Amino acid sequence: MERVPIIKMGPALVVSIQGDMHDRLAIALEEELTKTIVATGAKGVLIDISTLDAVDSFIGRMLDTISSVSRILDADTVVVGMRPSVAITLVELGLSLSGVKTALNVERGMAFLQRRLEEAGVDREDARADDDG
Amino acid sequence: MAKDQGVSIAKIVAADEDRILADWLEALKAGTNLRAGRITEMELQTQARDFLRHLREALASGGDTGSAAYEPIREMLGDISRSRALQGFTPTETATFVFSLKEALFTAMNRSGGKDAEAIARGTWEMTVLLDSLGLYTIEAFQKTREQVIARQQREIAELSTPVVKLWDGVLALPLIGTLDSERTQVVMENLLQSLIDNNAEIAIIDITGVPTVDTLVAQHLLKTVSAARLMGADCLISGIRPQIAQTMVHLGVELNVVSKASLADAFALALQRIGRAVVRTKNLPAGGTDRGRVG
Amino acid sequence: MPTTTADILPVNTSDDIVRVRQEVRRLAVEAGLGLVDQTKIVTAASELARNLLDHAGSGVVQVAPISEIGKRGVRLVFEDKGPGIPDIEKALTDGYTTGKGLGLGLGGARRLSNEFRIDTKVGEGTRITIARWK
Repeated sequence: MERVPIIKMGPALVVSIQGDMHDRLAIALEEELTKTIVATGAKGVLIDISTLDAVDSFIGRMLDTISSVSRILDADTVVVGMRPSVAITLVELGLSLSGVKTALNVERGMAFLQRRLEEAGVDREDARADDDG
Repeated sequence: MAKDQGVSIAKIVAADEDRILADWLEALKAGTNLRAGRITEMELQTQARDFLRHLREALASGGDTGSAAYEPIREMLGDISRSRALQGFTPTETATFVFSLKEALFTAMNRSGGKDAEAIARGTWEMTVLLDSLGLYTIEAFQKTREQVIARQQREIAELSTPVVKLWDGVLALPLIGTLDSERTQVVMENLLQSLIDNNAEIAIIDITGVPTVDTLVAQHLLKTVSAARLMGADCLISGIRPQIAQTMVHLGVELNVVSKASLADAFALALQRIGRAVVRTKNLPAGGTDRGRVG
Repeated sequence: MPTTTADILPVNTSDDIVRVRQEVRRLAVEAGLGLVDQTKIVTAASELARNLLDHAGSGVVQVAPISEIGKRGVRLVFEDKGPGIPDIEKALTDGYTTGKGLGLGLGGARRLSNEFRIDTKVGEGTRITIARWK
């Protein structure tokens, strides 16, 4: 069965969604990503949807779910590359995707994950300092 | 159209094609098609010859003008109409291309018809129906081309009147001028969103100083634009809200879920802050210059 | 050569949803709809197709270009012999779900379309017509 490839780039996992997604593929991606986050200890997930010419509520829910699950597993998720026509349609559709962090492109998405990583590093150090003190 | 009738017209066209072509070209040249030099005699000849050939082939099939056999003719007429429309011909001048063929065909029919008046009458009628149908098709294709040109021009006007300006790396400004109707706002919206991607900009400042009134509909469109930008990972600021507009919005109960600043300058200052940039004073002040202030 | 007759597509599996999206996109492009309009009708079709699957299990969608004078676009008719929708107004309210995921589907599809009509009878089935044109 065809799967969506998940690539590890440093501490982040990168998923590039190609063309049209059937439901089974979306569900498989969710499961695969979750397993991979745990297996690799990844701290960030970047999902590139720049090839999607339409996003419906099913895909929207998938992105939402992935964001939530990743958060529980201590990883940040960012979705990049949403096309203007898709954004306009989603607004009309009423899908807010409020729990999903988005960025214009891969570059900005990675920058975001990097910043979050640094912040998390600082938080961890602070926590350690508190423990010591 | 009865099959044998079509075939008989086909026979006439086939047998007398050169003569018909010559007569037709004469009529075309005498008409307005060549005048004003918009089309050369050579072009006209080629078009007429090709048309007659396609007509002969289509007639031989016996179908009516909507059938598949007439597809080459429809395509050709479509192309001719389109180019004539773009070259500035009138619809009549364009349709004349087809209608002027009538006389040549009738003459040919008379030449071949012999004594059977009834057959001639029938043939004449069928030929009239055929050419009228093709002539009308020409006019419709012409119309459609004109409509496309108008639509394109409208879009261009909409886009030209709302240029997107790059204020800095990552910050765009969209100065809206004039009244915003539904159609125009959509074009503006799509333009802005695409500009965010093209310029890799995370903030767009929508300045509405030049917009006389903001009613509920316009406010809705603005809000949708902001929501769409946010979905894509960018954000918007609104600037230039005049006192009257602010009052109108409150009266209408319009809630703008977006940061708004009185002036574009203020919005730009905020945008710089957001992207982590600051304007600092350089060592040498320009002669006579004053401290313009720092944006931290 | 564009078809002027309607095509009837089955909606029985989630793979069919993808086919419906592709076919609607193709017709929308042929009708000359702009990118945003295309995306809206494709997304609406996806929502309704999924609704149909979730709610009725199986059905069909008739996909046809609109060829009225001055109007070019696409019209879709989703039809199923499912349980029908008892309270349309409620179903059109966002976030409403019978647990089988009606969610945003109906209301969203309506917002994305120029034309929206729903005929439904409890115990017999549902027919939903949407269209988008330029």
